[in-house]
Amino acid sequence: MNAVLPERWRANPRLAWASYAVLGIVLTVLPFVVDWGMGRTWVRILDFALLYVMLALGLNIVVGFAGLLDLGYVAFYAVGAYFYAILASPHFDIHLPFWLLLPGGALIACVFGVLLGAPTLRLRGDYLAIVTLGFGEIIRIFLNNLNAPFNLTNGPQGINLIDPIRIGESPLNPAVDIFGYTLSGAHAHYYLFLALTLLTIFIALRLQGSRIGRAWVAIREDEVAAVAMGIDTRNVKLLAFAMGATFGGVGGGLFAAFQGFVSPESFTLMESIMILCMVVLGGMGHIPGVVLGAVLLTVLPELLRYIGPLQDALFGRVVVDPSDLRMLLFGMALVLVMIFRPEGLWPSPRRARELRPDDPDTTHHEQESLYDARR
Amino acid sequence: MPGAETPLLEARGVAKQFGGLAALSDVTLTVKRGEIYGLIGPNGAGKTTLFNCLTGLYQPSAGGFRLNGESLAGLKPHAVARRGIARTFQNIRLFANMTARENVMVGRHARTQAGVLGAVLRPPAARAEEAAIAAHADRLLDYVGIDHRAGDLAKHLSYGDQRRLEIARALATEPTLLALDEPAAGMNATETADLRRLLERIRADGVTLLLIEHDVALVMGLCDRVAVLDYGRKIAEGVPAAVQNDAAVIEAYLGGALP
Repeated sequence: MNAVLPERWRANPRLAWASYAVLGIVLTVLPFVVDWGMGRTWVRILDFALLYVMLALGLNIVVGFAGLLDLGYVAFYAVGAYFYAILASPHFDIHLPFWLLLPGGALIACVFGVLLGAPTLRLRGDYLAIVTLGFGEIIRIFLNNLNAPFNLTNGPQGINLIDPIRIGESPLNPAVDIFGYTLSGAHAHYYLFLALTLLTIFIALRLQGSRIGRAWVAIREDEVAAVAMGIDTRNVKLLAFAMGATFGGVGGGLFAAFQGFVSPESFTLMESIMILCMVVLGGMGHIPGVVLGAVLLTVLPELLRYIGPLQDALFGRVVVDPSDLRMLLFGMALVLVMIFRPEGLWPSPRRARELRPDDPDTTHHEQESLYDARR
Repeated sequence: MPGAETPLLEARGVAKQFGGLAALSDVTLTVKRGEIYGLIGPNGAGKTTLFNCLTGLYQPSAGGFRLNGESLAGLKPHAVARRGIARTFQNIRLFANMTARENVMVGRHARTQAGVLGAVLRPPAARAEEAAIAAHADRLLDYVGIDHRAGDLAKHLSYGDQRRLEIARALATEPTLLALDEPAAGMNATETADLRRLLERIRADGVTLLLIEHDVALVMGLCDRVAVLDYGRKIAEGVPAAVQNDAAVIEAYLGGALP
C-alpha cells in the first residue's frame, strides 16, 4: 500500500500510519458528513464514485500498465451487470445470492476479456482502439437485440426489479434506524463499495510491483525487446485484458444490484470514453492518480445540477441547459489538462519527471542520445 | 545430452526472402561452444536479418537453426529466448521508462514463475522469488559495471551505459548463446576497450558469443572465428587473420581491382 504515499512520508513510518489513520477516519465518516451537508443524493454519488474507481483501476491495467488502448471497456461492465441482472431478478424468476453472482460475474467478464482480447493481439495503437471500440458496440447491440427469438436480455426495455445485495437475510437497500439516525441504503452500499474498492486498489498495487506488472510495462515500452527477453506477449496481454475485464465485471454486478435496473443505454461508447478519461486525466499507470481522476469525473459533473437553479435565481430563468454545459465543460477541462498537465493531474513521480525534466540541458542531451540509439 | 563435439549453434542453408529481395541465401555456419564468433560484412549484407531469423522474429524462407542439436524451427521469439539465446539490438531497445534495475529484472521473466495469484497474495515462495530477481539484477548491473545507475531510468543513462544495460538484461535470461548486434557502434576507443574486456569476461564465464560488428580492430582482436556476409551470402569463414586477407572479402569491402 505504501506506494500511495509521497516518499518523504514513507520514510517516516509513524507519519505514514498516522496518515492512514486519518484517511481511514475520513473515509468512514464521509457519507454521514456528506449526507448531513449536501443531502442523500450525494451519498449515492459517492457510491458511484467508488464504482468508477474500480472500473478505472481495471481499465488502468490494460491502458496504463500494458499500454493497450481499449475503447470497448464498457463491454465487460455490461457483461457483469447483465449476468447479475439475469440471474437475480424476476425476468427468469431466478434469484441467486449476491455472494455467488459477484465472483461469477467477475469470472464471466474475465472469460469475455480473453475472448475479445484474443483477436486483437496482433493489433497496436489506433487499430487496437478501433477494434475494441467495435467489440464494445457489438456487446451493447447484442444486449439491445437479444429479446428475440429468445428473450434473454429483454431488449431496450432492460431488466427491472433486480434483487438488492443481501448480507445474510437482510437486503442492503432499505433504510435502517440506528440510534435515531436513519441509515439509508446508500450508506450501506458505500461501505460495501469502499471495501471492494480498497481490495481493488490492493490488487492493482500488488500486480504493479510484480513480475507480471513488469512484463506489462515492458510490452508497453517495447514489444520486440519484451518478446526477445522471453516474455510470451500473447499470454501476458491476454492476462491484462482478463484482469481488467474482471474488475469491470465486478463493477457491473455492483452497478446492477445498486441501481436495481439495467438497460443497454447504460453501456454506450460514451461510458467507455468516460472511464478512459478518468485514467488519462488522473495519471495513466499511477494508481492514486487514477483514483483521483475517477472521483473527480464522477463528482464534478454532478455539481452542474446546481447550475440550473443558480441561473434561475440570478436571471429569473434557465439560460443554458446544464446538460448542454456538461459536455462543453468536460471537453474544455480535457483540453486544458492536456495542454497544461499532459502527464495527468497526479502522475507517478517518475512519469512527471519524464514529461517535465528539471534540467533542460541534460534532457536535451538524453533525448538526442536516445534518438541516435533509435535510428 | 548432446556430445561435446555437437556445435552449440548450427545454421544450415538459411535463406530469407523479402518479396523479390533475397536478404539471405543459403547461409551455413556453426558456432562452437565457448567461442566468440564474429559476423561481419558491408551494410545491408544480411547480418541483422540472420539475427532476426535466429531469434525467431523472422521465419527463415528456407533452412534453419539448431541449438545444441535441437531444431529452433517454428519457435516464437520468446520460446527461442527460453531455449537459451539472448540478444541485444543494433538500435538499442531498452524499456526506456523503466529503471536500469527493472530492465534487468524483466530479463528474469523467462526464468521465474510467479503468476497473478503469487503477485496478489505474495506467499513466501513468491516473496523469495521476487527477492532473488532483484538480487540477480543487482549482481548483473554490478557485473557490467553500471550498478551506480541502478535506480535511474534507462533513457537517462549515457549511450555506453545503455549498451551495457542491454547486455546485462540479455544475460539475465541465462543464455548459453549471447547474440550481440553491433555492441561497439558509436563507442569511443576507451569504451570499446572496456566493452572488449566485458565480452571476454562473459565468455570466460561460459557464455558463447555471436557478434555482429563493424569495428574491425575489435573483431580481429576478440573473435576466434569470423564469417563474412555479402549480399546475403557467406563469402568467407575462418580465423580473423585468414579472413582479413581473403580476396573475396577485400573485394566485398573495397570493390574489385581496377580493370
